[in-house]
Amino acid sequence: MNFESRHWLWLLLLPFIGLLWVPFYNFHDPVLFGFPFFYWYQLAWVPVTAFLTWIAYRTYSHED
Amino acid sequence: MKTDIDQTALAVFLFFFALVTVMGFVAARWRRPATLAHLDEWGLGGRQFGTWITWFLVGGDFYTAYTVIAVPALVYSVGAYGFFALPYTIIVYPFVFAVMPRLWQVAKDSGYVTAADVVHGRYGSRALELAVAITGVIAVMPYIALQLIGMATAIRALGIAGELPLIAAFVVLALYTYSSGLRAPALIAFVKDAMIYIAVIAAIALIPGKLGGYAAVFDAADQAFKAKGTGGILLAPNQYVAYATLAFGSALAAFMYPHTLTGIFASRSATTIRKNAVLLPAYTLMLGLLALLGYMGHAAHLKLASNNDVVPALFQTLFPSWFAGFAFAAIAIGALVPAAVMSIGAANLFTRNFWKAYVNPAITDAGEAKVAKITSLVVKLGALLVILYLPTQFALDLQLLGGMWILQTLPALIFGLYTRWFTAPALLTGWVVGMGVGTFLAWIDGLKPLHALTFGDSTVTVYVGLIAFAANVAAAIVVNIVVVSLGRGKQDGLATPR
Repeated sequence: MNFESRHWLWLLLLPFIGLLWVPFYNFHDPVLFGFPFFYWYQLAWVPVTAFLTWIAYRTYSHED
Repeated sequence: MKTDIDQTALAVFLFFFALVTVMGFVAARWRRPATLAHLDEWGLGGRQFGTWITWFLVGGDFYTAYTVIAVPALVYSVGAYGFFALPYTIIVYPFVFAVMPRLWQVAKDSGYVTAADVVHGRYGSRALELAVAITGVIAVMPYIALQLIGMATAIRALGIAGELPLIAAFVVLALYTYSSGLRAPALIAFVKDAMIYIAVIAAIALIPGKLGGYAAVFDAADQAFKAKGTGGILLAPNQYVAYATLAFGSALAAFMYPHTLTGIFASRSATTIRKNAVLLPAYTLMLGLLALLGYMGHAAHLKLASNNDVVPALFQTLFPSWFAGFAFAAIAIGALVPAAVMSIGAANLFTRNFWKAYVNPAITDAGEAKVAKITSLVVKLGALLVILYLPTQFALDLQLLGGMWILQTLPALIFGLYTRWFTAPALLTGWVVGMGVGTFLAWIDGLKPLHALTFGDSTVTVYVGLIAFAANVAAAIVVNIVVVSLGRGKQDGLATPR
């Protein structure tokens, strides 16, 4: 792992910040497809986290 | 809920149960090794599971049958607060990505099978090894019992009374785990996960349509909580810290359990684990949507004897009986995979860190496999007896305590991957303090996972496991400073790992 790629690992902290600071998302509005913000915001973090992890994954060499 | 036996549902249920039973026994021949009489083969499937097998196995073993029943039940009863399972199962993967490939590498390089093996290898301390092993076993035992509760709920939903079907299902499970080891749950996980996905996708796609759409579902839940006077579809301000600390503490603890670590150690490579950290969130998306079944229970105006019946009752009320039977089979089979992996994880710990450490240090590889196989039977029998003869609440309380206990093994297991500063006496002291503080706080609060901390005139409610973890780390650091300075003074003291 080179120094440059290590920077990408910091992205993995974003889900912790986005999800553990509850005042960011404990709202009813805006509603999306009938889901209050509280629910779709947290559900949206699933693909976002997978994407951020994928970016971090790309910086490693793959042995298989 | 209906109590008469539904023939169609029962037939579908039995078909799938028979299918996975055959698969469980056939699994011994799957990717057949030269011999199964070796703990690497029986207990870790040969350490050669690639990306997809690991995805199904860890998914099948982390998102348990009990989760499928209990998360919607909690959301049904308390609302938004029960949703903490979602942030928990999101942030767990960046942690897995960053930490678990290192742990896997250490285990692979030295042939370690359990967390306690890793700790013994790193610190050379039998006491610390035993602490980690005992914590693993007592944390995972009630978890196995909970899988039985999940399975019993599904069987009861079919209209079958009595304990005999549960006993029969568990005996079958015990036998194929005995003969096939980790290969059995790995193979069955394909069927289990596919069935759970089908059942959940059908539920979240079709049920809201029958109930007037998601907006109507959320409204109905909101009304129900307002009528009840407790809970709500948003968090109350005094729940913020509880919600966040439960999510964070649970995420740190999740991959300290013997069953989740078994899935990690059985992987083929560090890349397999990193890829899975990217791919496993698909299960989290399913779990988040599944949790909403709790609200659908309100929209469907279900009358439930127990909150745990919300998922089975929804399927029974809103779907044709063949599909209800399919969904119940998915839940029951969903209990088999984690129960098998958990008993294997516990058996590996007993064999490596008790039997080999204290009873027979000269044990052969074949001997290890034999001891582990018998232990897996004993462990399952113990869980069955707990469910049959002790109040259900006993297993629930213990599982809750188990979550905070297993978190106390994190410093011993993980810190050593990053620093050589910590010593065994310091980590052992931290473990004792963490276990003591956590158990004491939970005990005085009436076995609740949350504890109110007062700072000046403000009070915050925090997950007890995380408080105990903080005490654990603080104690380990303080003691280590003392140990290291004593060690420097004496040139060669406690600070040197044996």
